[in-house]
Amino acid sequence: MTPVESHIAQWRRFVGSAPAVNGHDLDELEGHLRDQIIELGEAGLSEDEAFLVAVKRMGDVDSLSREFAREHSNRLWKQLVLSSEEDRESTGREWLMPVGFAVAAAIVIQMALRMAGFPDEPSDWLARNLGSFVLPFLAGYFALRRELDLRQWLLTVAPFVLVGIVINLYPYTGGAATELLVAVHLPVALWFAVAYPYMGGTVRSHRRRMDFVRFTGEWFIYFVLIALGGGVLMGLTGLILDPIGSDMAERVIEWVLPSGAAGAVIVAAWLVESKQRVVENMAPVLTMIFTPLFALMLTVAAVTYAVSGVVGEFDRELLGIFDALMVVVLGLVLYSLSARDASQPVGWMDRIQLVAVSGALVLDVLVLAAMLARIGDLGFTPNRVAALGLNLILLLNLAWTAYLSSRSLRGQVSVSRLERWQTAYLPVFGLWAAAVVVVVPPMFAFS
Amino acid sequence: MHIDKDLVAASATPLVLALLVEGESYGYEILKQVRAVSGGEIEWTDGMLYPLLHRLRRLGYVTTEWRTPPEGRRRKYYAITDAGRDALAEQQRQWVTVTQALADVWRGFGGLMTAPGET
Repeated sequence: MTPVESHIAQWRRFVGSAPAVNGHDLDELEGHLRDQIIELGEAGLSEDEAFLVAVKRMGDVDSLSREFAREHSNRLWKQLVLSSEEDRESTGREWLMPVGFAVAAAIVIQMALRMAGFPDEPSDWLARNLGSFVLPFLAGYFALRRELDLRQWLLTVAPFVLVGIVINLYPYTGGAATELLVAVHLPVALWFAVAYPYMGGTVRSHRRRMDFVRFTGEWFIYFVLIALGGGVLMGLTGLILDPIGSDMAERVIEWVLPSGAAGAVIVAAWLVESKQRVVENMAPVLTMIFTPLFALMLTVAAVTYAVSGVVGEFDRELLGIFDALMVVVLGLVLYSLSARDASQPVGWMDRIQLVAVSGALVLDVLVLAAMLARIGDLGFTPNRVAALGLNLILLLNLAWTAYLSSRSLRGQVSVSRLERWQTAYLPVFGLWAAAVVVVVPPMFAFS
Repeated sequence: MHIDKDLVAASATPLVLALLVEGESYGYEILKQVRAVSGGEIEWTDGMLYPLLHRLRRLGYVTTEWRTPPEGRRRKYYAITDAGRDALAEQQRQWVTVTQALADVWRGFGGLMTAPGET
């Protein structure tokens, strides 16, 4: 290796140590450097001199990698989150804050359970408030971490207070169906409220929204992992305590499980924030595995439905199941988008994704048509309104997704259009969940 | 003449897009062309061109392709898309408006200043 070759290799390693610069970028930059060296050489400079001038013209590596980081934030979204110098210095104590929040959430949920008379005959207010016991702590954690100013703090707190007032002042009758709906939709609505402090107030930024999508996915993976571990722990505890008396084990689990789950919400968020590298490569792999499987399943199901028709008695849960299916498909789309390097050309994964989305669409339209035909006889119930509304929202999203993605496959629009469509659509889900919490119960007189 | 770096940054996108209208090109070539058309007045830090190109790629203004020409090294070629042409047209409108406004204002100072090109 000539001296200049080893210089170039060294320079390449140095630039490559920046997390936002990947192999292709390095190839491109190195090519540039070599072109420059050759040209300077032709102008009469020695190889060494040419190398020095070329490197100097390239710009200092710090600002270069910062510029790359700005453009390719998806490659290092976690560094943007951790970033500042003092954060790195204080890593020894970093865990104190999230653990504090987790413990606080665990204590609050425990107190709420006691007050509601859990587990014997929990009061009605428990279920519908459940979401609002834990998520404020998550919001608070992010608000502290992002060092929000006073106005942003108020905007963070406001949705929680409003929702808390609304759900507790509504006069629910005992065991109302609307109450259950609220219990399910409230956490979703509040999750979107957590987005505000998570994004440090910059909710309009398309990129930060995508970061939040990533965060949600990674958080889910961590939460499931913690839950699995917790499940093993609980199971073993039960078995070990069994000889003392089965009642004992039950008591312990009743105590530990809710607190553990509440704490895990915060801990999972903290893990995502600080230890992303571990899971980072898992998320794209999971989507890679499951997108084709879902595409296959959906195609088979769509063909079967189309051939046999939607016949037989309609299960009242059917629409709910299709909602869940579409949510999963949308999750796959969002996740593969968030993990996608926008500079990559469209490939077979995009095609398979389009197949999955189209399959889900066909299925949903078939079911929806059958459902709408009968909704006259069945009448509207709170559950049906919620399920139908969500279904239409998802249908609209996926239909436009399919349209954009088929156009991008034909090279008519860039994939970023699809990304922007998804991030622009995100608030709709939050608003719908909030609407179910706030508007639907009065519509049905809280029955 | 030293050109303010904000101005250089603002003009970078239309410059690159305009050069790509002439035909596809790669990073080093684009830089040389920028130097040539500006008579060496517009100086870019070479490396900064690439994040810019990648942004144009993300916005769908250019497409990229790695190719090895018969004589020469493997290079990443950038070609402008229709969306890129639209963006360039839009940028042109904005720049014309700005330069027009500046010229009008400067002329308005009458005796104090003269617009460029006038004596």
